[in-house]
Amino acid sequence: MALQSIIDRRLAGKNKSVGNRERFLRRHKVQVREAVKRAIDGRSIRDVERGEEVHIPKKDLSEPVFGHGSGGVREVVHPGNKDFIRGDRIDRPKGGGGQGSGQGQASDSGEGEDDFVFSLSKEEFMQVFFEDLALPNLVRTQLAETPEWKSQRAGYSSDGTPNNLHVVRSLRGAIGRRIAIGAGSRAELRALEDELEQWQRAPHDEVAAARMRELEHAIAALRARLGRIPYLDPIDLRYRSRIKVPVPTSKAVMFCLMDISGSMDEARKDLSKRFFILLYLFLTRHYEKIDLVFIRHHTQAQEVNEDDFFHARETGGTVVSSALVLMEEIIRERYSPSEWNIYGAQASDGDNWHHDSGRCRELLSERLLPLCRYYAYVQVAEEEQNLWDEYAQLPPLHPQFAMRKATSADQIYPVFRDLFKKEGAKAA
Amino acid sequence: MSAVLRNPLSEPLPLAARPSEPLPGPSDWSFELIEQYHKVIRDTAQRFGLDTYPNQLEIITAEQMMDAYASVGMPVNYRHWSYGKEFIATEKNYKRGHMGLAYEIVINSNPCISYLMEENTMAMQALVIAHAAYGHNSFFKGNYLFRMWTDAASIIDYLVYAKDYVAKCEEKHGLDTVEEFLDSCHALQNHGVDRYRRPSRKSLAQELAERKDREAYAQAQVNDMWRTLPRKADKDAAEKESKRFPEEPQENLLYFIEKNAPLLEPWQREIVRIVRKVAQYFYPQRQTQVMNEGWATFWHHKLLNQMYDDGYLTDGVMIEWLKSHTNVVYQPPVGHRAYSGINPYALGFAMYNDIKRVCEDPTDEDRQWFPEIAGTPWLPALDQAMRNYKDESFVGQYLSPKLMRELRLFSIVDDEKEEALEVSAIHDESGYRRVREALSRQYDLGSREPNIQVWNVNLRGDRSLTLRHFQHNNRPLHETAHEVLRHVARLWGFGVQLESVNSRAEVTKRWSVPAPG
Repeated sequence: MALQSIIDRRLAGKNKSVGNRERFLRRHKVQVREAVKRAIDGRSIRDVERGEEVHIPKKDLSEPVFGHGSGGVREVVHPGNKDFIRGDRIDRPKGGGGQGSGQGQASDSGEGEDDFVFSLSKEEFMQVFFEDLALPNLVRTQLAETPEWKSQRAGYSSDGTPNNLHVVRSLRGAIGRRIAIGAGSRAELRALEDELEQWQRAPHDEVAAARMRELEHAIAALRARLGRIPYLDPIDLRYRSRIKVPVPTSKAVMFCLMDISGSMDEARKDLSKRFFILLYLFLTRHYEKIDLVFIRHHTQAQEVNEDDFFHARETGGTVVSSALVLMEEIIRERYSPSEWNIYGAQASDGDNWHHDSGRCRELLSERLLPLCRYYAYVQVAEEEQNLWDEYAQLPPLHPQFAMRKATSADQIYPVFRDLFKKEGAKAA
Repeated sequence: MSAVLRNPLSEPLPLAARPSEPLPGPSDWSFELIEQYHKVIRDTAQRFGLDTYPNQLEIITAEQMMDAYASVGMPVNYRHWSYGKEFIATEKNYKRGHMGLAYEIVINSNPCISYLMEENTMAMQALVIAHAAYGHNSFFKGNYLFRMWTDAASIIDYLVYAKDYVAKCEEKHGLDTVEEFLDSCHALQNHGVDRYRRPSRKSLAQELAERKDREAYAQAQVNDMWRTLPRKADKDAAEKESKRFPEEPQENLLYFIEKNAPLLEPWQREIVRIVRKVAQYFYPQRQTQVMNEGWATFWHHKLLNQMYDDGYLTDGVMIEWLKSHTNVVYQPPVGHRAYSGINPYALGFAMYNDIKRVCEDPTDEDRQWFPEIAGTPWLPALDQAMRNYKDESFVGQYLSPKLMRELRLFSIVDDEKEEALEVSAIHDESGYRRVREALSRQYDLGSREPNIQVWNVNLRGDRSLTLRHFQHNNRPLHETAHEVLRHVARLWGFGVQLESVNSRAEVTKRWSVPAPG
């Protein structure tokens, strides 16, 4: 018989259906985006980076083919007759003969079944999220990338490449091995040599000569055996071992400041949230430990947890400076600028008590910005008010300050453009 | 295609020598063990005269198995979202434990590729080798439908070509364009075969060489057909009656579209052809489920039992594969929670065993029903039954009264005009023939899938295409027909009508879709 063979395919052709999956996701882009949007609304900032379930109604997935409907005359054979005889009449099962049609018909006949549910992987989820934000590709790869790795020495290992060979270690091992392997033979050799010496000193006679010949023979054999112990054996080789460790990073704290006065509606909060997420994602790529501080304000500022931050609603006027003052207090108390990299992100609809805006500018300019690595302000409304005018004076003086108006998700990114650009340049 | 008909052995050859000890049966397999088992299985199969393509066993992961599942069981295929959907659905079910993966996939190619999943134990690998690499493989090589409709030697090459061609089209014409077009072709993929005409057999090289000519020629033909200038009105009317196009109704919708659709571009014609060719390749499988699975199941059962009798297999290995075998051939009775029609593995396995029984140990009843095989050697009888039938004729020829009694088969008539269902026949003297006929018809593709044909093209008017559905037992079309018709219109480029015609040649329902915008 001709050639027979077994082929190991396990390593080849992994992820072969990725292309099909991509096409599937493309086709259902609308549902996927919807699911991502819902997920972002529902998730905590720290929790953005994971997959998500997507529901697609079955009928959107159907691939129609010509098939038989119910009706007409049909004769079907079944197994397992219990007590029917010819001519028995059976009430038609409810639901239009569904039971009888088991053969042939595929599942596309069923209407109103459950949705088709599948999960987006973390990468796919982030891809969609970035798409919404209209991030440039360079930034996407920066964000999608895992942290930088540095290779670092980690002792010795018994395999490696020749350029990492550690000569001293290897030879030290070789000596040890030669001593260990030869120990028995050498002890024996010494004993024989001692005996030989004694015989040499003893009077010469027939017996002595015979014994001495015997001993010389044995000694020569032992020497030869010791000589055969290899000087350097592959098992002696030691290599410098290097492992990869994440680049040591320091600590950062991110202040999220948001106006929660009555004029901030859900859409604006959602926009603000995406703004915070983006900064957070950026920071996670560069810092090992990130603290988040949430400060919300109307006429008074308050430090709250994330849930209250995004979900509580209050009404009343707006005094933005209260939040800035609180931020400064928190920095003084808990985040010494010498230890922490401080980032600020502020979102507001621009509405402020008009006497307060000048004070905000002063606070930022004199107290906060000197402490911050980066401070971004997003105004989630179109109209320009006095806060915008005051803030607009800051950028020429402080390169770490950025501001932007955004009324939809794709307008958020430009706020960070400088921040990302700097990093991109550094990486290049 | 040498050795078209080998004479089947009339009885199994004897065992050369009993082994001194059985093959080891650890739960983990290794390449050496698979080699050892494979050798014994191969030798045993040869003693029964199983004629197969050379075997290629491939070890794959569960993920790759799902891959193969999703792209209609083929190792390579063009990209399409529907395969992505299949993969996701399969993966989901597998991960939740709703289903085990089929433990084998085997590809009708030369050499015949069988996939062994790495998760399988050694006993399961042995089962898969016997089932797929010798059972299915010999069926692919022997059965007349496969011989006629598929070309095992060139399928893989053709799929590689198809994949590249579709990828190139995507690059050139955009993903969306190609995807839409493939969707439309897929809607008609069950209507891409001439049931009564043999396809020509072409190697990939021939295919490619002919493609260029075909593109030019096909377009010229199409142009020719549409060129005819309208004549004077009176003459026109007369001619309309006398000359219709196509002259005979055509059942191969995809072929008709490939050759005659006026607006298709060459690349589109080629894609229609690819979908048609791939569908044609699967055409025999759709008609030989019972026979094919039954044959493979019969042979893994026979081969492994023989190996046990010869002293090759340990009790542990036997019990393990038998457990899985028992699950596969389980037939829940009607009304059972797990019942979803007749299990093709169970029916096929039972029928081949029954044929063997009729040969070896016939009763008077068997002699009366099967005079030509009762008491004859079983190997040639089985070989004959495997080669020359499809499910429909196989059941019609070989389903015995004894088996009908054992399976307690009965048939039910569901006539929409009647109040209730009626038991038309059961497994008794007066019912055997009726039950057998009903079951045979059930496997007839013509009754399983609607019979739809190209009826007419309005050459001189709006160029619309008319399809006709010939009802089988007055069964209507499913609602989705309208949806499918839209796909047909996209392929045809002009309006499309569909008429459903009952047994008295009356049109009972019409659908109509305007020309795509």
